[in-house]
Amino acid sequence: MKKDTISNFLSHGLLIFLAAIWVFPIIWIVLTSFRGEGGMFVPYIIPKEYTLEHYRYLFNGNSNFPFVKWFTNTFIVSVVTCILSTILTVSMAYVLSRLQFKMRKPIMKVSLVLTMFPAFMSMIAVYYLLKAVNLTQSLFALILVYSAGAALNFFIAKGFFDTIPRTLDESAMIDGASKAEIFTKITLPLSKPIIVYTALMAFMAPWMDFIFAKVIMGDNVEKYTIAIGLFSMMTRENADHLYMAFTAGCVLIAVPITLLFIYLQKYYVEGITSGSVKG
Amino acid sequence: MSQIGSTISSSLKQYSAFFKEGSGVRNLSFIIMGASHLSKGQLIKGSLFLSAEIGFILFMILQGFSAIGGLLTLGTAQQGWVMDEELGIEVLAKGDNSMLMLIYGIVAITLCILFICVYHAHFKSMQYISDLEKKGLAIPSFKDDVKSLLDDKFHITLLAIPVIGVLVFTVIPLIYMISIAFTSFDHNHLPPKNLFDWVGFANFSNILTGRMAGTFFPLLGWTLTWAFMATATSFIFGVLLALLINKKGIKGKAVFRTLFVLTMAVPQFVSLLIMRNLLHASGPVNVFLEDIGLISAPIPFLTDGLIAKLSVITINMWIGIPVTMLVATGILMNLPSDQIEAAKIDGANGFQILKSITFPQILFVMTPSLIQQFVGNINNFNVIYLLTEGGPVNSNYYSAGETDLLVTWLYKLTIETADYNIASVIGIITFVLSAVFSLFVYTRSNSFKKEDGLG
Repeated sequence: MKKDTISNFLSHGLLIFLAAIWVFPIIWIVLTSFRGEGGMFVPYIIPKEYTLEHYRYLFNGNSNFPFVKWFTNTFIVSVVTCILSTILTVSMAYVLSRLQFKMRKPIMKVSLVLTMFPAFMSMIAVYYLLKAVNLTQSLFALILVYSAGAALNFFIAKGFFDTIPRTLDESAMIDGASKAEIFTKITLPLSKPIIVYTALMAFMAPWMDFIFAKVIMGDNVEKYTIAIGLFSMMTRENADHLYMAFTAGCVLIAVPITLLFIYLQKYYVEGITSGSVKG
Repeated sequence: MSQIGSTISSSLKQYSAFFKEGSGVRNLSFIIMGASHLSKGQLIKGSLFLSAEIGFILFMILQGFSAIGGLLTLGTAQQGWVMDEELGIEVLAKGDNSMLMLIYGIVAITLCILFICVYHAHFKSMQYISDLEKKGLAIPSFKDDVKSLLDDKFHITLLAIPVIGVLVFTVIPLIYMISIAFTSFDHNHLPPKNLFDWVGFANFSNILTGRMAGTFFPLLGWTLTWAFMATATSFIFGVLLALLINKKGIKGKAVFRTLFVLTMAVPQFVSLLIMRNLLHASGPVNVFLEDIGLISAPIPFLTDGLIAKLSVITINMWIGIPVTMLVATGILMNLPSDQIEAAKIDGANGFQILKSITFPQILFVMTPSLIQQFVGNINNFNVIYLLTEGGPVNSNYYSAGETDLLVTWLYKLTIETADYNIASVIGIITFVLSAVFSLFVYTRSNSFKKEDGLG
C-alpha cells in the first residue's frame, strides 16, 4: 500500500501545481485591479498599496469611458440575444431532428457548408447591408447580427433531440396531438439541459465579442458594449494610466459570468457531451 | 448540379401538362397569380399571391432591372470634377458606386429567386386544389391553412424566421464577399472615389503564383501547423488531466475541476491580454526570471518569430486543456470498464491500458468534436490577434507577421489595407481548407461509419 500513498501524494502535488498555473493569471487580474501604484508594467506580483480608486473611476462616469452605460448596453443586448437565439436555435434543431420533409437534408448540408466560412469574411458586407437600411451604431443592429446567425449553431441541440425517444411523439400523435403540441408540451419540457446550454452560450457571446461590435458601433462610444469599451481603454495612449481601471472592469464582468458559468456547469457538460457523442 | 437540372426540367413538364389540361381562369393564373384561388373563394390566399406578384413586378420596374444591369457593369461613371457651365467652376460629380451596385444587384437576384419559389408554391397550391376537386373533397379555408401550419406544415412555421435570418445575415453577405474575390476591389479601387470591375480569376493567380504567393504559402504552412499542434496538445494533455483528476484516491475532484473550468468563463480578450502583459519584455515573468538569475536578458516571448510561435501554442493550451478535460471527464464516467478489467487480468500495466484501451475509446467518442476543434483552430482569430496581433512583422510578407494565421491576415487585409479582393480569396481558401479536411476525416472516422453521420 505504500506505493499507492506515494503516487497519491505526487498526483495531488501535480494537480495543485497545475491548478496554480491555471488560476494564477486570474488572481493576478484581481490583484492588479486593486493596485494603488505603478502603471501597465510592474516587476512584481503582490501590490504594494491597495486602493478602490480604479473601481470608483469606472462608476463615477467619464464621457470617454462610460462604464455603467456599457454595462447596461451589454446587458440589454445579451438578454434579448439570448431569448431570440435560443428560440431560433432550438426550433431549427428540433425541425431538423424530428420533422420529416423534403428539404431536410439539403438544409442540413447547406448549413454545414455555411458554418465553414470564416465569420469575418461576411462582416464587412453585413456592415454595409445594415448601413443601407440606416441601422449601424445601434444596439438593435447588434442584436440582429448576434441572433440572426444563431440558427446555424443547431448541431449540438440536434444531437440532444436525437436522443429523445421517438415513441413519445408517436403515442402523443395517436392521442391526437398536433405537431406543435408535441413540440411545446412533450419535447421542450424534456429538453431543459440543452435549452439552458444554448441560452448560456448565447448570453455570454455579447460579453466576449469585440470584433463585430466594434465594426458596427464604429466611434459611437455611448453605444459600446463592455468588451469593446474595455478594449478601447487599451489603446497606446491610454493603456498605461488606465491599465488598472481596465483590469477592474474585467473583474466586474468576469465575476457574474463566472458565477453563472459555475452554476450552470452541469448543463454545459451535458450539452457538449450529448452533441459530441451524437455528432 | 445535375440534380438541380433534372428537378427543374421535371417541374417544367408538370407545368406544361397542367397548363394543357386546364382552361380559362386556371390558366390565367399562370400570368395573373392568385386568379384561380380568388375564383374558388380562397380570397385571402389569392390576394396574397396577387399582391406578391404586383409587388415583385413593381420592384423589378423601379429598381430590379437597373440593379441587375449594374451588376454586370459594376458602374461606368467615375466620380470626378466636371465643369459646371452655369457656375463657371468645377464641381464634384457623383459617380457610380461599384460596391453598392454589387450589393443591390445581389439583393435583386435573391428577390428574383425568392419570387420563383413563391411562383412554384403558387403552382403547387393550384395543383393541390385541382386534385382535391377531382376527388370531390372540400377546398380548405384560410383558417384550415393556418391550422396546418401548426401540424403537417409545422416545419415551415419553425423554420421561417431562422431561414430568413440566415439568408439575410449570412448567405447574402457571403455571396457578396465571394463575388468580391472576382473583382479588382483593393486599396487602389475604393468606391465611391474609384470604380472596380470584374477581373475573373486574376486574384487567385495573384495569390497562388503572383505577388502574394510569398506571403500566402508561409502563412498557410503556419496555419496548418498551428491548427494541428493546438488541437493535438489540448487534446492529449486535456485527456491526461481528466484521467489525473478522476484517478482513484484524489480528493476534492469537484474543486479541481472547477478551478480549471474557471478559466473558460473568463472572456478571452481579458485573459489573453493579461497573458500578453505577463510575458512582455518588462512584465513579471521576465523580471522574475532575471531576478533569480536564470536569464540575463528578457526572453522575447511574443516578439521573436520562432519563440512567439511556441508561446502562442503553449498559451493556447491554457485555454484548450480545460475544455477537453471537461468533455473527457463526461466521457470517462460512461466508459465500459470490462475491457480494462480483462486487460488487468492479462497483466497489462497502467500505461498499456491507457495507450491501447482508454485513449482509443475517448478518441472514438471525441472524433467529431476534434474535427470541430481543428477547424476552429484554423479560424482561431482571438488567440493570435490578442496575443501577438500576428507579429512580429516580417518584411518579406505583405501586411502580415510571423504568427499571422490566414484569418488574421484576412482581417488585416480588410481593416488595415482595404484589399478586399485578396481578403475574399483568402476567405474562400480557408473555407475550402476547413471543408475538405472535415469531410476527409469525417467520412473516414469510425464514429461516422458506425453512426449515420448527418442523420
